[in-house]
Amino acid sequence: MRKYLFYPGCSLQRNARAYLDSLMAIREFIGTEFEEIQDWNCCGATEYVAVHHLAAHALVGRNLALAEQQVNGTRTVMAACSACYLNLAKTDSYLRQDAHLAQQVNTALAAGELHYTPGSVRVRHLLDIIVNDVGIDAVKHKVVHPLKGLRVAPYYGCMIARPDRDNRWDNVEHPVALDRLVKALGAEVIDFPMKTHCCGGHMTQINLPVAYELIRRLIHGAAEYRADVLVTLCPMCQLNLDAYQGEMNRYFHTNYQVPIIYFTQLMGLAFGLEAETLGLGKEFVDARPALGRIGIELPAAEPEAEPVAAQQPRRKQKEQGLPMPRMPGSEEADA
Amino acid sequence: MTDQQSLSLRRDSLSPPLPSPGSFLEEVMDATPGDSRLQMCIQCGTCGGSCPSAADMDNTPRQIFAMIRADMREAVLRSNTPWYCVSCYYCTVRCPQEVHITDVMYTLKSMAIRDKLYDDSTAPDFSQTFIGYIENFGRSFEFGLATRHNLRHRPFQLPSMVPMGLGMLTKGRMDLTPQRIDRVEQLQAILSRAIELEVTG
Repeated sequence: MRKYLFYPGCSLQRNARAYLDSLMAIREFIGTEFEEIQDWNCCGATEYVAVHHLAAHALVGRNLALAEQQVNGTRTVMAACSACYLNLAKTDSYLRQDAHLAQQVNTALAAGELHYTPGSVRVRHLLDIIVNDVGIDAVKHKVVHPLKGLRVAPYYGCMIARPDRDNRWDNVEHPVALDRLVKALGAEVIDFPMKTHCCGGHMTQINLPVAYELIRRLIHGAAEYRADVLVTLCPMCQLNLDAYQGEMNRYFHTNYQVPIIYFTQLMGLAFGLEAETLGLGKEFVDARPALGRIGIELPAAEPEAEPVAAQQPRRKQKEQGLPMPRMPGSEEADA
Repeated sequence: MTDQQSLSLRRDSLSPPLPSPGSFLEEVMDATPGDSRLQMCIQCGTCGGSCPSAADMDNTPRQIFAMIRADMREAVLRSNTPWYCVSCYYCTVRCPQEVHITDVMYTLKSMAIRDKLYDDSTAPDFSQTFIGYIENFGRSFEFGLATRHNLRHRPFQLPSMVPMGLGMLTKGRMDLTPQRIDRVEQLQAILSRAIELEVTG
C-alpha cells in the first residue's frame, strides 16, 4: 500500500462527488491509501488571487501547514482537482523561490499559530500518482472488463499540464499520460488535438457566450473524432462541458451529446466495479447509451425514469435529445 | 563552447532592465509574487495568438504589456482583458521571454478591484462573492454563489438556468447549505493578517 496525504477540495465534496466516489472505489485496486488533511479549507480556485494576492497564498499556506503537521511516512499531498493541485503546487513553488513572500505568508499563518516550511510537502496530481507511482502495467493487470470498442477522447484541461513549474509532465501542450492509461484499460484512444484546450473556466459565470464558444470547440472536436465519451480529470472541466452542454446546444442550435466522465470512473468500469459505486448517472449528458454499446449495463440515472427508459431501445432514446432533469412528480405534470 | 551555452551565458551576463522607480511597471512587478519578468516582454504577440478568449478582450495581452510600460495605469485597469483571462496558461508556457503572464493578469485584477476602475462589475463581483463564502465558511458554496450571482447579474437568463440548477440538486451535486470548517476563526485570523500585510508591505 502506498500512502498519500489527500486534499479533496470543495468540488469533490459535492458537484464532483462522482469523482471522489470512483476514486474511493478504485483505491485498493491500485494499492493506494489516502489520508485526508484535517480541516482543510478551500484553495481559492481562480478567484481569491484575483482579489488579494498575498492572502491567496496564506489561504493555500494554511492547507500546506496542516499537511506538514500530518507528514508521517509520506510527504506527498495528492489533489485530484486540477485547480486545487495547481494552487497548492504554485504556492509551494513561490514560497520556495521568494523568501520575502515566504516570510509574509508565515507572518500571516502565525496569526493562526501555524507555520509552513516551504518545500516540506510535495504536491502531486492524482493522474501523476497513478501513472508514475502505481504504473500503467499494474493498472493493466487489474483490468477484468477491457473497454474494447469504446472511443475515448482524453481531455486534460489546462491546469494540470501548465504552467508545470516542477516539470512533472512530458509535455505542457500534448501530454500523453492519460492517453496511455486509457489505452491500458482496453479502450480506443483518440489522438485528441484539443486535449489541453480551455473548458471555459470561470467564463460560465462572467460571460456565457464566451464560455459557450469555448465549450463548443471541445465538444465539436470530440464529436468530429467520433468519441463515445470524453474523459476528464478536473471537476471544473466536467461541470462546464457536462452541465452547460445543453445550454450550449440551445445557444448554437446544435445537438451534440458527448458524455463527460471522470477517468477514475472509466478505471472502475474496467476493473469490473458496479456503475453505481462509481457515481455514474450523476452526469447531465447520459453516459448509458455509449457504455451500453460495449456491454456495460448501467442503472437508470433517475429511479422514477426507469420504466420509461426500459421500454425504449437505446438508439431511439438517444434521438430524443438530452434527458431533462426530473423532479419527483414531474411525469404527472408532463402527462 | 556550444551555441546553446554561449546564448545562456549572454543572457545571464546581461542584467535585466529595471523598471523606473514609481512607474506602473514597477508597481505591477512588485505586486506579483516571484519574478514576473514583465520587463522582458519583446512585444512578439505570442500571448495573444495563444489566448482562447483574446477575440473578446478590449486589448490583447501584448497591448496590455505595452500599455503598462507606457504608464497607462487607468486604461489598463479599465480594460476587460485580465477578467477575460481563463487561466489556461497557454501564453505563460509559450512566452519566449518566460513572462509569468497569467500571474500578471491576477495582479491587474486585484489592482482594478482595489481602485474600483473596472466598469462591468460582473467579474469582480463573482470573485468577491466567491471569496466571501470562503472567508465565512472556509469552503466554497456553489448554491449560494450561483443563485446570488445570477440574481444580481443576469436575472433575465435565470429561467434558462433553472433546469440545470434543479438537475444539480436532484442529482445530489449541490448542497442547499454551506459546509463549514472547524477552525474558521483560525482561517479568518490568518486572512486578516495577510490582508493587513498587503497594505503595509
